[in-house]
Amino acid sequence: MDIELQKVSYSYAKGTPFEKAALFGVDLMIESGKYHAIIGHTGSGKSTVLQHLNALLKPSEGIVKIGDEMIEAGKKNKKLRQVRQHIGIVFQFPEHQLFEETVLKDIAFGPMNFGVSEEEAYARAHEVIKTVGLDDSILQKSPFDLSGGQMRRVAIAGVLAMKPDVIVLDEPTAGLDPRGRHNIMELFSKLQKDHNLTMILVTHSMEDAARYADDLTIMHDGKSVLRGMPREIFKDVDKLAQYRLKVPHVVAFQMRLEQRLGSKLAKLCLTEEDLVDEIARAAKKVREES
Amino acid sequence: MMEKMIFGRFIPGDSFVHKMDPRAKLVFVFAFILVVFIANNIPTYIALVVVTFFVIALSRIRLYFLINGLKPVMILMVFTFLIHVFFTKGGTVLIDWGIFNIQEEGVKQGIFISIRFLVLVFMTSILTLTTSPISITDGLETLLNPLKKIKVPVHELALMMSIALRFIPTLMDETDKIMKAQMARGSDVTSGTIKERLKAVVPLLIPLFVSAFKRAEDLATAMEVRGYRGGEGRTRYRQLKWSMRDTYALLLLVLFAVGLYYFRTTK
Repeated sequence: MDIELQKVSYSYAKGTPFEKAALFGVDLMIESGKYHAIIGHTGSGKSTVLQHLNALLKPSEGIVKIGDEMIEAGKKNKKLRQVRQHIGIVFQFPEHQLFEETVLKDIAFGPMNFGVSEEEAYARAHEVIKTVGLDDSILQKSPFDLSGGQMRRVAIAGVLAMKPDVIVLDEPTAGLDPRGRHNIMELFSKLQKDHNLTMILVTHSMEDAARYADDLTIMHDGKSVLRGMPREIFKDVDKLAQYRLKVPHVVAFQMRLEQRLGSKLAKLCLTEEDLVDEIARAAKKVREES
Repeated sequence: MMEKMIFGRFIPGDSFVHKMDPRAKLVFVFAFILVVFIANNIPTYIALVVVTFFVIALSRIRLYFLINGLKPVMILMVFTFLIHVFFTKGGTVLIDWGIFNIQEEGVKQGIFISIRFLVLVFMTSILTLTTSPISITDGLETLLNPLKKIKVPVHELALMMSIALRFIPTLMDETDKIMKAQMARGSDVTSGTIKERLKAVVPLLIPLFVSAFKRAEDLATAMEVRGYRGGEGRTRYRQLKWSMRDTYALLLLVLFAVGLYYFRTTK
């Protein structure tokens, strides 16, 4: 399901003294089956964009196209519920949305709201709890007895159980330790590849964006300013600095290394592993030549 | 949806009303609430409305915004108006359709009570809109200080109030966030039948309570860590300053009350 934003503008608290414009004519195109990252500095409007992807906010101006559904400024669309069924959002600190007596019921809550039968919903709960790397036995516990990391996983399972075609992630690793971070990001990446899902990651971590995304959109001051593949975008340090963003550590390292050596590696590396391989290859080449 | 609520909100500004001392404003509003009850005929009610709008003009808060934010109260107002129209009897009969018996006195009382309501709500909103929650509690604490002599925990009450006011916007943001998260999971309090909406309240309230309690605990710890131990011997960073404009405002209110008393109908 493609998602497209056309010239979308949005103001919070419209018509009150607290009115605050957040988006100014944002264009965004998210292709089906791709891993798309939206990055930007704090206050760049990325969270506001995120809420448009699921019709939680309606544009003040412009059009949001979600699959075949059109959400236009000033028009009512009765099919929002169907739209939301196809798009799962993992909010920042998703553990805040847990409320049921048991983990099982909480995971089944989403699917059952969209008309899935109880047995089916429970079956899905058993399935997704494994997907997020937790044990079956946790299903009977109260979500409030779990650790922070477990709660996060349960909340994510609750979104996965809805079997969405598109998953939107809002800083999914905020507040986790490096290892938990890595595990969760790997989980989403694997899910995306296995089920050919559309994944939209909203983040300010250049490292995550570089490692996982197929496409990148950069937001700055409520506008979508840059779009392209990570390898293209992270080439241009100066341009990124203009949007108060930095290149990922790996890229920065590679650039300094190249400067020091006075020669360039064959390609721009986006992950540590990639860079290590690339350096090894270059070193081997140098050795063979001498 | 939460954005339109103006209850407990503060709009910064530098109008005459904004610059008044919070103590003066509190005394003014409390006195005004009493003064409202002096009015009992058409000229005195007109005077009340004129004074209220004068104060609104002085505060430079847009009238449109005030009215828009007070819609929930309007329902209550219309309701009391209708009760009076139908059930207060006296004077000439205006409409007589069996059960629907509307009499002059009813309409008159209905209008009077509605005006009273409107004027009171406007005045108190002006107070909260032009005074930051912190100044309100500071003002209240100083005004109630004499009560400490009879062992009323004035400082603690003021603290409770300022904490409560401080957390209104935070909890509203939180509600908004949780509401959106549950909406994304297909449970929506803002649409659907009444039954569906009621069912959607639980997934909203439980997380809200959980986070409110967590917040309360964090706040208590943070206060303790920073050595808070009540109002004893505590000094203030913000000093309240009484100026001539406060004296004038209160004097004008006294004059107005005397005038109203003079023009009211006596039986």
